[in-house]
Amino acid sequence: MIWFSALVLIPLAAVVVTAIDGGWDVFWSTITNGQTAAAIRLTVFTALGVTAVNVVMGPLIAWVLVRDRFWGKSVLEVMIDIPFALPTIVAGLVLLSLYGTDSPIGVDIANQRPAVFLAFLFVTLPFVVRMVQPVLEELDRDVEEAAASLGASRLTTFRRIILPSLTPAITAGAALSFARGVSEYGSLVLLSGNLPFKTEVTSVRILSSIENDNVAAAAAVATVLLAISLAVIVLLDLIQRRVAARG
Amino acid sequence: MSIDVTGLNKKFGDFVALEDVNVTIPTGQLTALLGPSGGGKSTLLRIIAGLEKADTGSVSIEGVEATHLPAQKRNVGFVFQHYAVFKHMTVAKNVAFGLEIRKRPKDEVEHRVQELLKLVHLSQFAHRLPSQLSGGQRQRMALARALAVEPSVLLLDEPFGALDAKVRKELRDWLRRLHDDVHVTTVFVTHDQEEALEVADEIVVINEGRVEQVGTPDQLYDEPANDFVMSFLGEVTHLGGVSLRPHDIELDSSPRLAGGVEGTISRMVRIGFEVRLTVLTVDGDEVSVVVTRAHARTHGLAEGGTVWLTPAAGATVVPRMAAAV
Repeated sequence: MIWFSALVLIPLAAVVVTAIDGGWDVFWSTITNGQTAAAIRLTVFTALGVTAVNVVMGPLIAWVLVRDRFWGKSVLEVMIDIPFALPTIVAGLVLLSLYGTDSPIGVDIANQRPAVFLAFLFVTLPFVVRMVQPVLEELDRDVEEAAASLGASRLTTFRRIILPSLTPAITAGAALSFARGVSEYGSLVLLSGNLPFKTEVTSVRILSSIENDNVAAAAAVATVLLAISLAVIVLLDLIQRRVAARG
Repeated sequence: MSIDVTGLNKKFGDFVALEDVNVTIPTGQLTALLGPSGGGKSTLLRIIAGLEKADTGSVSIEGVEATHLPAQKRNVGFVFQHYAVFKHMTVAKNVAFGLEIRKRPKDEVEHRVQELLKLVHLSQFAHRLPSQLSGGQRQRMALARALAVEPSVLLLDEPFGALDAKVRKELRDWLRRLHDDVHVTTVFVTHDQEEALEVADEIVVINEGRVEQVGTPDQLYDEPANDFVMSFLGEVTHLGGVSLRPHDIELDSSPRLAGGVEGTISRMVRIGFEVRLTVLTVDGDEVSVVVTRAHARTHGLAEGGTVWLTPAAGATVVPRMAAAV
């Protein structure tokens, strides 16, 4: 608990204190400032969208990795972690060279919103996959066979037997993926162009506030992000409980 | 006949799991598939259930050709060694699963679940999760779940294999009584000869992918078709050119009967009422003999003493297999 406090709680409290230091009005005007609000909206909605994609694709990829046998599987197994292991700025460079103005495949999304989405998608890919994979490996084949011999179709077996077992892992992966999306910086600064009202995300906004010596504004934005992250994690936990109880 | 298996072959890579297996399992009886681990008995059971596909051959259940039917359509109850419980569902939900996906009316499902839980003595655990049950209770729940859909045959794959000896014995007796009540055609796989002899009406002995013998426990014990069946169902020793049970050897302290083989007692161990002897014959055989304590006393047996051995009248004797030497 002390370890947790020193590492997490005290710094978080410090941010909140800094944010409300200048009074409620300053805090409110900071975050309702057009440019800041746009950045927050963009970041949160994109992170939500990306998380939704990951919730569908992650288990699918994990399923393929665990259940299917194919040539190059072990290579793919290692590749999955690359977006996670790569320094984010390198990821940004990779994305820029592939989808930038000089795109070799003719897809130019530089300085546009899809760039933010793509960058988020790239760096958050491993989270759900890696959370679901071990659970899927642990899952008894017996249980699926039992369901089949009781007359359940493959779809019913998936929906009523497999999915409830995976839900906690999917939820945890989704929470991580959302958190990573909200905090992402390195991978998108190059490709997105950081255009105010268009492709500027909160982490960039915080940085520019700091550079302008406006620590209070940076802390205010940080506090809003903190609140949103907390809300999303609680929400996901509630969803998980409901799905698990439905059985 | 309830289950007909004809000309079944199954290979896993180079490993031959089943080789030309033909078995007929009678309706309403409790049949054991008995054999050593890796002998193919579980594979046979899984093929009957549709959980595994045979390379060649056919399976019919209750006269219905089932070779190409998926597991879902075979109306077979299957019980697994490691219970295969649905962890996130209560005991009652587990049992109700098969009925719910058949979209039976709710009150009918509830009624049937209650009935089944009573049958397996788990009524008071209906709202627990499987993780709160002991191994024996989980297996009884799995059995109720399999019985819920009124299967035409009930298949159990080493159902008591993961349980400790005491629970195993209890469940074994309980399964026998349950079968006498329910009368559904039941096939169970086991590698424990005592379990098979005690519970089953009929035993199919399977070894190295082949059926060695089919018969009642008495038939198998008294008239084993070969050395393998004989040695698998109980202790075996060799005297002269034959295999026989250690308690089926007559032992004399003088050459009273014709054809007696002379030997020296090299070891003598008393266990309760019986005395186990190892006799080294003049032919160079090492023979195990079991006699009663009273018999040993009247003959004044002791280590180093000379005795004469003959197969007892009416003993089960099988020509000795070359491989068993």
